[in-house]
Amino acid sequence: MKIRSSEITSEHLYYSRRQFLKRVGTLAAGSLLLSACAPSALRSLSTSTPAATGTPPTGGGEPAIAVSKQTDELGDSATSFDDVTGYNNYYEFSTDKEAVAYLSKGFVTAPWTVAVGGLVNKPKTYGVEDLLARFTQEERIYRLRCVEGWSMVIPWQGFSLAGLLREVEPMSTAKYVRFETLYDPSRLPGQNAGGYQWPYAEGLRLDEAMHPLTTLATGLYGKTLLPQNGAPIRVVAPWKYGFKSIKAIVKIDLVEEQPVSLWMAAAPNEYGFYSNVNPDVPHPRWSQATERRIGELSRRKTLPFNGYVEEVAPLYAGMDLKANY
Amino acid sequence: MAAFAPGSWLRSREVALLQAAVHVGALLPLALLIWAGLHGNLTANPIQAITARTGKTALVLLVLSLACTPASTIFGFRRALRWRRPLGMYAFLYVSLHFLTFSVLDYGLDPGLLRQAIFEKRYALAGLAAGLLLVPLAMTATRGWMRRLGKNWKRLHKLVYLAALLAVVHYVWLVKSDTRVPYLYGAILAVLLMARTRPVKRGIAALQRRARGQTTSAEPKAVRSRPSV
Repeated sequence: MKIRSSEITSEHLYYSRRQFLKRVGTLAAGSLLLSACAPSALRSLSTSTPAATGTPPTGGGEPAIAVSKQTDELGDSATSFDDVTGYNNYYEFSTDKEAVAYLSKGFVTAPWTVAVGGLVNKPKTYGVEDLLARFTQEERIYRLRCVEGWSMVIPWQGFSLAGLLREVEPMSTAKYVRFETLYDPSRLPGQNAGGYQWPYAEGLRLDEAMHPLTTLATGLYGKTLLPQNGAPIRVVAPWKYGFKSIKAIVKIDLVEEQPVSLWMAAAPNEYGFYSNVNPDVPHPRWSQATERRIGELSRRKTLPFNGYVEEVAPLYAGMDLKANY
Repeated sequence: MAAFAPGSWLRSREVALLQAAVHVGALLPLALLIWAGLHGNLTANPIQAITARTGKTALVLLVLSLACTPASTIFGFRRALRWRRPLGMYAFLYVSLHFLTFSVLDYGLDPGLLRQAIFEKRYALAGLAAGLLLVPLAMTATRGWMRRLGKNWKRLHKLVYLAALLAVVHYVWLVKSDTRVPYLYGAILAVLLMARTRPVKRGIAALQRRARGQTTSAEPKAVRSRPSV
């Protein structure tokens, strides 16, 4: 792994962000008792969020002010490393988001191979180290919007899936890409739970998969991906709800028929194949009109396609996005 | 000391301890919640954690308050009757905190967002209905109101079953897909409601009579013979 030291945010910055969150928690608890005067206080606090940042190359013990901000293209700060790696929806380990990091400790991610096949001319099984060597790892700061109504800004490292797909040469009959997570209940104990068709599977239309935003991520915050974030390799499709960004991939198949994802099978009326972030298509449980950015208290409006409308709207020209949710 | 029967002294102490345990037990979740908040242990999504914890505590207390009457009629545990009101009032406290967290902390009292959040979502509607049903019950939980309403008080307070049912529906509708825990609450509630139906009550009374006829030290009888405090 080649990671520039400039990409690694120093621990003291994470720590200071942690302190901020503690204060937020204190205030939230206090306002349970003083709810009448809380909203304005919460608002003013959330606007004074200190930036999560990247350190300059010499960064070690320098004050936070000298550090360049790490933000997405809309100017929003990256979510703290602690939250990105400590609040995870990953049912293969636990349905408790705060338990995933602990339970996934020691999950072995090497050796690891990804078999790319199906309707392709050159099927191939890649070791993760091959993928790291063959494709330049770029830093990509993307928003992640969970269907449950919370969101994060995450500085990933990874590469466009398109490069890998071009290498295996999809046949003209290939219309969709199907992804599959490792199936191994001894290592992913959540797969013993009933009610779902394990292993986790997801899919993209071929043009979605070829879109430059569609990333295979191998790291975040300048570090190798941790198990709770989908190590060693996962999809990131930032304009779709988070569950589309499948973790711990072992298989990528090009197929003709629209794949059925785990969530589509579990609740077809709630989770469609496309699952593009769309504030105009409500979900029976969670407001999709607004979201809470982790680390902030007041809600923000959810943006169509999670703010990537310019990049991805052409993919859906002429489509009824309410019917194709 | 000789003037006091040691047995009765123990019993009244036991009563006081049990009574205190109800209050401490009901307030403990709130204390733990505030403690967690002060120490930044409310997850990365603190508002959601507060909402979930206050809601779950409210449901548990509501079910417990509904368990008091069957505990008395079936098991002869009559002391439980004294806990119905405090447990119900504590449930209402947590329901209020739950609603304030949702409306004030989460949605900042924004009328447009609140309207959307409540009327677009069936789970929110069920929860709101359950909470609203509890308001008149909490307001009339005093002895004065009991006297003033007479027979109607009991009729009015039967609404608590409907509120609990709606609370379970609210829970079933809001979980993502694993509905086992909400249905477990539903099952407990169903058992508690069934225990109040006439045939079940009659059957239990018959069983108790038979037990009394056979043995002289049957548990219900022993409890019933204790002086009420």
